[in-house]
Amino acid sequence: MFDRNSWLFWPDSVALSILVLAILGMLFLYAARKPMHGVIHSVCNLVTQSTRFISRWLFLGAENLRIRNQSVLLAHSQESAATMIDREFERVTNIIRKDMQEFPALQRKLMEEVTRIEDDYRKCGEVPAPPPEWVSALESVSKIKSGGDIPRKLLEDINKSIQKIHDKTVAEFRRSYEERHKVLKGMQPSWRSVEKLIGEMDKKMVTLNTNAKQIDGHMAKFEGIRTKDSKTEHALTTSAFVQLAISALVMVIAMGGAFINYKLIALPMSEMVGASDYITNSLRTSDVAALVIILMEASMGLFLLESLRITQLFPKIASMDDRMRRRLMLASLIFLVILAAIESSLALMRDMLVADKAALMRDLSSTAPAATEGWMSNIPMAGQMIMGFVLPFALAFVAIPLESVVHSLRTVLGVLLVQTMRGLGFVLRFTGVVFRRFAKVLELAYDILIVIPLMVERWVFTMRGDTLVKVRAKSVSAS
Amino acid sequence: MKISLPVWIMLSALLLGACGDSRIHSQAVYMLVDTSGTYTKEINKATKIISYLLATLNPGDSLAVAKVETRSFTEKDIVDKVTFDRRPSQATQQKRAFKSKIEAFSKDVHGSAYTDITGGLIQGAEYLNETKAGTKTIVIFSDMQEELGKGTVRDFPIKLDGIRIVALNVSKLGTDNADPRLYLDRLSRWKAKVLKAGATEWVVVNDLDNNMESILNTR
Repeated sequence: MFDRNSWLFWPDSVALSILVLAILGMLFLYAARKPMHGVIHSVCNLVTQSTRFISRWLFLGAENLRIRNQSVLLAHSQESAATMIDREFERVTNIIRKDMQEFPALQRKLMEEVTRIEDDYRKCGEVPAPPPEWVSALESVSKIKSGGDIPRKLLEDINKSIQKIHDKTVAEFRRSYEERHKVLKGMQPSWRSVEKLIGEMDKKMVTLNTNAKQIDGHMAKFEGIRTKDSKTEHALTTSAFVQLAISALVMVIAMGGAFINYKLIALPMSEMVGASDYITNSLRTSDVAALVIILMEASMGLFLLESLRITQLFPKIASMDDRMRRRLMLASLIFLVILAAIESSLALMRDMLVADKAALMRDLSSTAPAATEGWMSNIPMAGQMIMGFVLPFALAFVAIPLESVVHSLRTVLGVLLVQTMRGLGFVLRFTGVVFRRFAKVLELAYDILIVIPLMVERWVFTMRGDTLVKVRAKSVSAS
Repeated sequence: MKISLPVWIMLSALLLGACGDSRIHSQAVYMLVDTSGTYTKEINKATKIISYLLATLNPGDSLAVAKVETRSFTEKDIVDKVTFDRRPSQATQQKRAFKSKIEAFSKDVHGSAYTDITGGLIQGAEYLNETKAGTKTIVIFSDMQEELGKGTVRDFPIKLDGIRIVALNVSKLGTDNADPRLYLDRLSRWKAKVLKAGATEWVVVNDLDNNMESILNTR
């Protein structure tokens, strides 16, 4: 049996034993002061050096990882930007090819219209009336110095002629203006046509201008990526985070769809693979088979989108020649349609099974059969069948957010890893600094334990110091 | 070689099917219906329980209903037995057929002179062990008052390893009312007997309206 007082020198006088033990301990600690200080310093130094080393390694690792992440991010973004620019140029090329090839015809048409307008304009130009002959006659009459009735008669004749000519000229003028107005009226459709043509050209130019601006934007981004601009890198990283969040949200929605899909076909699958087969303790084979069907649909959708070059998860598919790619696309589409048809029929079977089971339950409970609701009762069945057919196609589009998740997840994880490493490095560095200071604290704490021997030591040193001073003073005075 | 989709599905299904043993997940129930004395009047209750079992059991499960007669250790006393198909639609058909057989039996039930519950238990254990089901249950619809005829030997150890025993609707006899210890002793005796024989559980269910789910170990 362990005796609680076995460590006491004098079990009867505990206080005395403790005092003696304390004195002995103090003496031991005083004797071991220097080596203990050394141990404290060494241990703290070791911790400080180790943490500093690990911290430096972490910072270096984080920096290397950041550079690697940056290069991967920039390479991927460069690729994406190049694809985008390529697409924009393709779009511009299409616009130019489609619209600009009509430009010569349009120009010819416009020129014709302009020529017609010019002709019409020339036609409607005001023709100055010829100077009347009576002006010269009037001049001659004015030169007659003597007269009588002759000039008056002449002037009367002239007046009559003038009146006549005036009437004629006015009538002619009116007719001419009428004609010109008609010409101007006839010009109206030409002007409208010109306006329409110019409007069309303007629209095309605006589209081109928008595309050019977009290309400018992409080019600026591309330039930023090429020059490894930190602003662009930051923007790309933020974009990756946003992309991941959006894609994850879409994936969650898609998973909801997949779950509904699974519920639709799990029960009828038991008709195919048996309801009593289990893979594990609680996992039915029919459930797994339903899951396999859904995953196959998603895979077919993935291949379809890959072969359509909407996604680029498989470089092998992207690098296939067009003929092969088209074949793959067709095969994926056919498989998808077949799977959708299978699922639709399974949905129908599910409805039948549920109805059959409900009828059995009614039989077993000996209740009256449920009243038939006519065509209304077929609505859920039709709904299930339609859902069964449509959901696989909807599920096929999961490939797009999946690709986005795959690409952005790498960036996001990389950034998080870098931040974690930096954080850990900082914590270790801080720990190192704390331990460096902690050595002094421990040293002082140790000295507190042996404060009495230390006081004695100080007193002895002071005494010895006084004696030495006195001896020195004596020797100085003697000399 | 190109493999078509239906073949793919069938192959996957076969492979997946080969992975697990369905028997350990299936249930087998052997129901003993006491037809002696006043219990012939309780046949409607028994039918109700059979309906519950039919509604609860899944494809791949087994069910047998047998009478408790003067000597019950015989296949002749089995009213009907079935192992439900793995396909739910077929299982539903089988359940319908089973139900009609039970209805026919309930209309033509004759009372027996003696009650050989032990013989029925041995017969039930034999049937259940043959099914190789994961969960085996013997349901006894009786007052648990065993009365053996002359020459019927049942005083030997029986084997009920891995089988649950559920006593249903254990009604009190006239003598039990006078001295409840008789009833309690009877139940205790049966409990000790079946547990000694290796049964995994002994359950008594008298409230058929609210405690029917205790009959089966539902997954």
